[in-house]
Amino acid sequence: MDWPLSDTSFCIATQENTMKDTDIKKLLYTHLLCIFSIILSIFIPSFFLENFSILETHLTWLCICSVSVTAVNLVLYLVVKPNVSSKRSSLSYKVTRFLKCCIYFLTSCFFFHVIFVLYGAPLIELALETFSLAVILSTFTTIPCLCLLGPNFKAWLRIFSRNGVTSIWENSLQITTISSFVGIWLGAFPIPLDWGRPWQEWPISCTLGATFGYVAGLVISPLWIYWNRKKLTYKNN
Amino acid sequence: MQKISVLLFLAWVSFLFYAGIALFTSGFLLTRWELTNHSSCQEPPGPGALPWGGRGEPGACWMASRFSRLVLVVIDALRFDFAQPQRSPVSGEPPVSLPFLGKMGFLQRLLESQPHHARLYQAKADPPTTTMQRLKALTTGSLPTFVDAGSNFASSAIVEDNLIKQLSSTGRRVVFMGDETWNDLFPGVFSQALFFPSFNVRDLETVDNGIMKHLYPTMDSDEWDVLITHFLGVDHCGHKHDPYHPEMAKKLTQMDKMIQGLVKRLKNDTLLVVTGDHGMTISGNHGGESELETSAALFLYSPRALFPSAPAEEPEIIPQISLVPTLALLLGLPIPFGNIGEVIAEVFSEIEDSQPRFSALAQASALHLNAQQVSRFLHTYSATAQDLQVQELHRLQKLFSKASADYQRLLQSPQGAEAVLQTVIPELQQFLRGVRAMCIESWARFSLVRMAGGAALLAATCFLCLLVSQWATSPAFYFGPLLKPTASGLSGAMVCAGLLASTGLKLDSMVLGAMAAVGSLLPFLWKAWASWGSKRPLASLLPMPGPVLLLLLIRFAGFFSDSYIITEARVAPFLLISLILLLVARLHWEGKLLPPKLLSIPRLGFLTPAGPPQYSAMHAVGLGVGLLLCIRLAGLFYRCHEETPVCSSSPLLSPLRSTVDGRTKNLWYGACVGALVALLASVRLWLHCYGNLKSPEPPVLFVRWGLPLMGLGTAAYWALASGADEAPPRLRALVSGASVMLPRAVAGLAASGLMLLLWRPVTVLVKATTGAPRTRTVLTPFSGPPTSQADLDYVVPQIYRHIQEEFRGRLERTKSQGLLTVAAYQLGSVYSAAVVMALTLLAFPLLLLHAERISLVFLLLFLQSFLLLHLLAAGIPITTPGPFTVPWHAVFAWALMATQTFYTTGHQPVFSAIQWHAAFVGVSESRDFTWLSAFLVGANTFASHILFAVGCPLLLLWPFLCENQGSQKRRQPPGNEAEARVRPEEEQEPRMEMRLRDAPHHFSAALLQLGLKYLFVLGIQILACVLAASILRRHLLVWKVFAPKFIFEAMGFIVSSVGLCLGIALVMRVDGAVSSWFRQLVLTQQKAGEQSSLVCTGAGSSARKAQPHLLPPCSQDLLASGTSLFYNSRS
Repeated sequence: MDWPLSDTSFCIATQENTMKDTDIKKLLYTHLLCIFSIILSIFIPSFFLENFSILETHLTWLCICSVSVTAVNLVLYLVVKPNVSSKRSSLSYKVTRFLKCCIYFLTSCFFFHVIFVLYGAPLIELALETFSLAVILSTFTTIPCLCLLGPNFKAWLRIFSRNGVTSIWENSLQITTISSFVGIWLGAFPIPLDWGRPWQEWPISCTLGATFGYVAGLVISPLWIYWNRKKLTYKNN
Repeated sequence: MQKISVLLFLAWVSFLFYAGIALFTSGFLLTRWELTNHSSCQEPPGPGALPWGGRGEPGACWMASRFSRLVLVVIDALRFDFAQPQRSPVSGEPPVSLPFLGKMGFLQRLLESQPHHARLYQAKADPPTTTMQRLKALTTGSLPTFVDAGSNFASSAIVEDNLIKQLSSTGRRVVFMGDETWNDLFPGVFSQALFFPSFNVRDLETVDNGIMKHLYPTMDSDEWDVLITHFLGVDHCGHKHDPYHPEMAKKLTQMDKMIQGLVKRLKNDTLLVVTGDHGMTISGNHGGESELETSAALFLYSPRALFPSAPAEEPEIIPQISLVPTLALLLGLPIPFGNIGEVIAEVFSEIEDSQPRFSALAQASALHLNAQQVSRFLHTYSATAQDLQVQELHRLQKLFSKASADYQRLLQSPQGAEAVLQTVIPELQQFLRGVRAMCIESWARFSLVRMAGGAALLAATCFLCLLVSQWATSPAFYFGPLLKPTASGLSGAMVCAGLLASTGLKLDSMVLGAMAAVGSLLPFLWKAWASWGSKRPLASLLPMPGPVLLLLLIRFAGFFSDSYIITEARVAPFLLISLILLLVARLHWEGKLLPPKLLSIPRLGFLTPAGPPQYSAMHAVGLGVGLLLCIRLAGLFYRCHEETPVCSSSPLLSPLRSTVDGRTKNLWYGACVGALVALLASVRLWLHCYGNLKSPEPPVLFVRWGLPLMGLGTAAYWALASGADEAPPRLRALVSGASVMLPRAVAGLAASGLMLLLWRPVTVLVKATTGAPRTRTVLTPFSGPPTSQADLDYVVPQIYRHIQEEFRGRLERTKSQGLLTVAAYQLGSVYSAAVVMALTLLAFPLLLLHAERISLVFLLLFLQSFLLLHLLAAGIPITTPGPFTVPWHAVFAWALMATQTFYTTGHQPVFSAIQWHAAFVGVSESRDFTWLSAFLVGANTFASHILFAVGCPLLLLWPFLCENQGSQKRRQPPGNEAEARVRPEEEQEPRMEMRLRDAPHHFSAALLQLGLKYLFVLGIQILACVLAASILRRHLLVWKVFAPKFIFEAMGFIVSSVGLCLGIALVMRVDGAVSSWFRQLVLTQQKAGEQSSLVCTGAGSSARKAQPHLLPPCSQDLLASGTSLFYNSRS
């Protein structure tokens, strides 16, 4: 993307660069917080719950992890406000927006569930497990989308196309989402192996894969954006 | 010439692959040397006196005979637990009631009432557990090797020494009745024989009833010394139903009664042996080495007391071949030369003698004779073949000489040799078991050089495919350099081989073939290297996009894991779905799904669009979802691999005949016929849609009338086959006759259809009209007058063009009056129509070979490939002048789908999953295994390989078909400004597949490229199999998983490569026919003395809309002939 820069735009560009650096810092901190929340969800519950472990009480951990990641995302969204806040701020608008977000989230859960079943997950048995996998995947992908872009499906589609990204935040969203998908996909690979390990059971390896993928995305995206900050130019800036 | 060179080159590449496969096979699938030496009665097996009345004369060869007569009852597939009583799993509960448990009550009563007369053993059969191998083992006492497994139904005479030969050479009268296999194994040795055909596994009664009729009279007649019977009912019951079917209880009860009758007639000097040759799995099959298949029942009974002690609680487990030396010595025969079994020592005890020492001594002498014989065999064998491990051989020889010395000591000083006796027996046993273990180990020894050579050849050929397919995409590609090195290499190899042969070097055909392959490959690679290295970087050798490469690598790696091979039925759809989702995602990523307005940032307004989206989002997503759904539904038809621990095959795979409930049967029958109708209707609809159904050509007439007839025949056959057992007795003959004739009729119809298709493959409707060909030129998709600026923008150039043509037409008409126009429809889909018709015609006979409900899978298969082709076409741009390319992901998806369909049609790459019942479709009296049966079973097993390989050219053709669809879609709505602006260029009728004809050189190159890419993807799979089998050759599961997978993959490759060549040849035939059609057309026009204008239409749908249009000159010869032809764009 070589955009011809005229002389006048040069100072704007330097300004942009400094802006970008602060943004990248912000991004890094928020991502660290997200990672921290996942780590907390592993260790904190064992103080309150008996016999808590990721593998044995997997569904409990899934719920806790999902809730904590959602909460951190929401808080970060409210604090950092990466995108320009909408002009309308009436209560009813906010309520409808929230409800819409909830519907989107649920829809995405069902959508992922259907995809898993089409991929070969059992249809009737282990439906709860499959659905919880869908929930955790939605947490890692749909919730950040909702936070950043709101219930605007077209904007989502835009982000996941070439040249559709307009800011650092969207870029990192793209990276974390794709890495979550790749993670959950790779997580399916140990399932057929005959090692007889407890984590090979459906859907543990997939949830772990998704979590690792998400965390990897969180780590990689600030670094990647930092390394490529010279090349990245966003069209709306 | 180009076409022939394409086919030749593909055939040559296939030959290279075959040579690699053959070379590898000769090193991997092992053979054992068969020694033709025989033990003789007069000659003792080793030095030393013959013990216990052995006189070296008939009746008492090496040992005095204890029984003068023997009744050997072989009950095919009598599993060990079939002879066991019903037991409760936990004491106190009622016993489990299974159809096969506790039905041999008489055996149990004998065991309980006469513990010293009867004994039940669990005989462990060595794999492969196929009947012929087991019979070989049961008479020779050796280990048939894996290679023999394939010849189960086409057995040939045993050349090794065996019990039957020994019996007849010592003058015993051997009477046989039962399985015909014995006749093939032992031709002409029986004094009386009654053979029954074994191959018809649906027939539970003929063999058994036939034997029963003659058994007791023969027994009473006293014209025999050894009576052998081989019952097949139990095995056939397993194949037809499974062990859990009530029929099994009936069969076993019948066998029990038969044994009861035998025992009643036994005389004091007669030994009764009842044995199963192998077991069966829970689905009633056998052939592999699972626990259930290898455990057979072995029951001994003698009217005299035979055993010194009462049986143990749990029957002893002995190797099956132990029976051979035991029977030989008991009957006073020499032990067969090649036997490596160990005698059952306890039957050689002296019962009458009260002293246990004598008993032990008798056992020791029997064991010693046995050991001498085995040692002699080892000596001879190691002198002939070098495949036994030398160290182990030395160790065993030492062990034997020590045991032998101990034994001699024992004989010389019978007093006080108690302690020696205690050591001799274990030593001898240790020796015998050691030999057996060594033989098992060594007869699974590989020729590493050949394996490595085969693998290297395969890898080099894969590389070649990659290289040449890459070349074929470049515009400057020409065929000359392809054939020269090939020809020179081949001829050089021939000369080499001739020289070698003349010098008298012995070479087998495998090595010769491999040498020819290497000889022709090397100059090619050398030339390629020389020309490539200088021009281009090596990095461009990997032309595949990253994700596809990754998926291919995953697939490659999957062949190295037994778990992945076992679960491949799930892995292949997983990868396929991933590939499809990836395709949809990539289309979206590249902005081809959504209009650019939506993707660009609204605030910025206009952005340079990367071309209009070719396909609407809903279209592609719908295709993707439909595909996913199809794949998932097809996954319901799942057959378990025999190694899967907890798994139940889908009940949908069993034939309707086995459904008990009439209502369900009817419902399923309806569903199957529905699937058939849907399949027919969809093919017809497709042809109709592209207009090819309008053509008056014979193949189209056949599609219109022959196909429904075939469908009708299939449905009728299903009805007869599924309800044959319920037919009233007087109609039986009619029903069986019809169920033989119907499949033949369908196959005959399909064959005649294919012939018709080859004869007249051009399915084109020609309309000759004198009149204005230019009526069309104003293309008005709107009904009313132009309302918007867009309409005007569109219409005005049209009108201008119309007027222009009108003028030109007038000019021409002044030159020559009476312009004749020939309008030809459906030229645009002429190639793919032929391929689709051929596929449909092939699908019907293949469908008949499967169970009824597989028709649903076939429907899904057609649907799935249709959707996949559409989805793939969405991502392929049409490059008008060529070179045309078939992308890698398309070829890979196609190969994956072929694999997936292999599994969904109820197959697994294991021998026990081969659907033998296919050999009886349309065959009236199958007496034994013929080439026809092999062909039918092969067609059943590799149906998906055949269909997908023949359909492979569709990958190249489909994007051109979709061109029509895309442009029509664009034309329909009045559209926005941007579209209106581009419309004048797009207004041209789609030429579809005629684009391929316009560039015949590129067309041939594209076909070559397509074939090579498909061969490459298949070749990578076979290479992975080969590497996995050679690296993991000592893996626990190598014979259960890797070797069968390799064999199936290799067979599948051969079938696929042949199918691919046929498919490409079909397309070329169509191409040739189209050329001659054009030529003929021009000639007739010339004869008529008129200057004609040729109007062809590509779009099939125009047949309905009656919009013929001017076709570009499809070849240069037309221009030369002086006919006026018009390009649309130039007119």
